Amino acid sequence: MKVMIIGCGRVGSVLANRLDEVGHQVVVLDKNQQAFKRLSEKFKGGRIVGNGLVEEYVRPTLQEKADILFAMTDKDNVNLMIAQRVKQHFQMERVVAVVHDSILSGLYKELGVETVCPTDLVIKDLLQTIQES
Amino acid sequence: MYIIVVGAGKVGYHLARLLMTESHDHEVMLIEKDRGKVDLLSMEFHDAIMEGDGSTVETLKEAGANRADVVVATTGNDEDNLVICQIVKLMFFRPRTIARVNNPRNEELFTGLGVDASVSGTKLINAIIHEQVRAGDMMIPLLTLKAGDIEIVEVQLTRSSHIVRKKIKDLSLPTGSIFIAVIRGEEVIIPYGETEFQPEDKVLALVKRESEPALRKIL
Repeated sequence: MKVMIIGCGRVGSVLANRLDEVGHQVVVLDKNQQAFKRLSEKFKGGRIVGNGLVEEYVRPTLQEKADILFAMTDKDNVNLMIAQRVKQHFQMERVVAVVHDSILSGLYKELGVETVCPTDLVIKDLLQTIQES
Repeated sequence: MYIIVVGAGKVGYHLARLLMTESHDHEVMLIEKDRGKVDLLSMEFHDAIMEGDGSTVETLKEAGANRADVVVATTGNDEDNLVICQIVKLMFFRPRTIARVNNPRNEELFTGLGVDASVSGTKLINAIIHEQVRAGDMMIPLLTLKAGDIEIVEVQLTRSSHIVRKKIKDLSLPTGSIFIAVIRGEEVIIPYGETEFQPEDKVLALVKRESEPALRKIL
């Protein structure tokens, strides 16, 4: 699969490393060159320094048919805008936005934007831990 | 009218002030994330300013977005302005949403995604520049309708204008344009086929943007 990851933070970088390890074609974009230090030395995928909200930076990767895009910068609103814009401008199977605000995440699901909410996942996990103890 | 303005930057601050001084019937609430800015402005705005992230449901609810007539998102970040407007549309239904667009290329995206109206400073200035340039050639835009698709223009005829001494029925007007009034001295004439143009007439025409060059040609 061809995967684009926008935001090479703590989660984005690990996701990129894992996907690359198991043989997917990965392209990572981040505003900050330093962020790529989080990638493993063995990482074979592409690195783009740029702004995910500016089309010039994502177009080269997305127009030659990527299968999935993860918008996972540290800003919810940026991720939501990237996701909606990419859906409008490129024919993509799946576009996923990481949204930390739980209410916002639910709201955009209703709008047809695929969201993942880390807050919800942590809470779910913690509750499960409590139930198991 | 109850108007919520999100973002107390230059645009938001002056807009909120203008709305408040313009009419006492306007109730205004300015929402600002930055505590320092809120403190600074609270002397001036009293109860009409609150601290909070306007791109969250909680803050908008607290501000009373459910009873607002208009919500204007004026922050310097397009992604925030988009999310503010979308939350309002999804959760509070009632208010019309207006977004400031910082990057003119986002305007199209905004319109497709539930923002009722968007305003781009860059585009406005650009439009004014073009109008100034066009004003030089005697055709002055008076009013722009439907976001620039249709205009009412004024043309001052002179002795050398092509249409002087001609009747409207003898002209081939480009489609998408029509004469709506001829101002001759103190008199306003509603034109019809037999109306003959005279030098010094001022002609008002309604014209679609794409027909403008053709109209200019026949004048």
